[in-house]
Amino acid sequence: MTYPWVAWYAMRRYATYRLGALSEAVTNTVFGFLRAYILIALWQARPALGGYDVTDAVTFCFLTQALIGPVQIFGGMELTERIRTGDVAIDLYRPADLQGWWLADDLGRAAFALGFRGVPPLVTGILVFHLAVPSPARLAQFAVAVLLALLAGFGVRYVAAMCVFWLHDDRGVQAVSLVAAMFFSGLLLPLVVFPGALGVVANLLPWAALIQVPADVFLGKAGYFGLDGTAGLLATYGFQAFWAIVLFAAGRLLTVAARRRLVIHGG
Amino acid sequence: MASALRVYGLLAWTWIRAAAQYPVSMVLLALGTAVVTGLDLAAIALMFSRVPRIAGYSAPEVMFLYATSGLSFALAEIVLGTAERLGQHVRRGTLDAMLVRPVSPLIQVATEEFSPRRMGKLIPTATVLILVLPRLDVTWTPLRVLLVPMMIISGFVMFAALWVLTAAVQFVLIDGHQATKAVTYGGGFLTQYPLGIFGRDFVRGLTFVIPLAFVNWEPSLYVFGRADPLGLPTPVRFASPLVAAALCGVAALAWRAGLRHYRSTGS
Repeated sequence: MTYPWVAWYAMRRYATYRLGALSEAVTNTVFGFLRAYILIALWQARPALGGYDVTDAVTFCFLTQALIGPVQIFGGMELTERIRTGDVAIDLYRPADLQGWWLADDLGRAAFALGFRGVPPLVTGILVFHLAVPSPARLAQFAVAVLLALLAGFGVRYVAAMCVFWLHDDRGVQAVSLVAAMFFSGLLLPLVVFPGALGVVANLLPWAALIQVPADVFLGKAGYFGLDGTAGLLATYGFQAFWAIVLFAAGRLLTVAARRRLVIHGG
Repeated sequence: MASALRVYGLLAWTWIRAAAQYPVSMVLLALGTAVVTGLDLAAIALMFSRVPRIAGYSAPEVMFLYATSGLSFALAEIVLGTAERLGQHVRRGTLDAMLVRPVSPLIQVATEEFSPRRMGKLIPTATVLILVLPRLDVTWTPLRVLLVPMMIISGFVMFAALWVLTAAVQFVLIDGHQATKAVTYGGGFLTQYPLGIFGRDFVRGLTFVIPLAFVNWEPSLYVFGRADPLGLPTPVRFASPLVAAALCGVAALAWRAGLRHYRSTGS
């Protein structure tokens, strides 16, 4: 029962800063509009680019803005700071698994972010641009994809946080992971716009699972390895789950190694 | 004014010396910042790899806008970027400590953690500007040549004023920090593109309410030899310095009003 409580209290803790979250949602929404106009111009110059039409592109744009908060695409985790200051010693002392504890904490944070940072940009975009709302069945499929995206997103950030045990400073890792996440997730431009081999590679990297894939599920365009329809949807979930598991396992190995290595100074 | 600049230089130099204690880290962070700034450039390049023109604008034209906007924005961010932390200082009460020191709190906030790494932002933008100038399809008259440094300088002043203005807003809206990014970072992002691609009413707002159109759009129209989509008369192309001065006046008034309004936080 520990982990659900951790998640619940994390959500309550983040919910204390509702105003801050809403003001972030304002910025996400404004950027949604700016990027939407740019994508409209791009799709007017080349309709049906990458298999999207203009409406798909605009919907995609607001979906990316809505997912920025929940998957925390810009990176970072409270754990990083705790490793740097040594507070992580308290976390390791707890009768709970370090990775499990922070996963629960992160899911609590994400649940709050979905409501306060995800809903406002998406609803504003749908109302202003008269975007189509998908059927309840597709929304359910989207919910599953978002959950998998949250798990994969946690995986990426947890691995980055573990690096701090060795590097003692998170800024380098943070900069590298920020660039990769912005470029390969679909936040900067939908991955369908990427030409040739770059597009193929980008679609196989873990960051695609965070934004591009859930958005494709929302648009009803989910498909991997040439599959579409139900098989495509399952392949898509498989892709996300693959990265979530691989990253979780990598995080587990790093945790074990870090535990052996860690020396907390002071007394 | 001269003494304010001297104090600014002194404080900034102190922080630079502190950062230089970790030279490798400093260089890496500057390069990291350069890459993050270059991401917007990558997005523009990717788009033009799929279409020859966007909304009628060629790649060199958009690159020119990217470079001029990016350069002005980077200069302003180097000088005043940390002013956006004002809300944090109010909340933590650290602003009180600044008020008892014999230096303007604005200078103290702006120089805080002044790091040479922010210079990284100048690398991609300045490089693009140098590369793109000979590729622009324009007949260079003395007036056009003169407009280029003029728009960079007045753009810098305008962004600097916007930073002070959004800091001043945080005297009242302490939690509004994230939302003010829509104006600063949003402004920096949007001026990288031809304003013509945004909605017409949107552009009107950006011309007359937050005068972002004067950062580089209006003068660039003259450089490109294009008509204004809003139909404003030719003298408006040269109005940027005046608008920048006016915006500075507004920012100064807002900052003073904010500082007078400040009553320190309770416990």
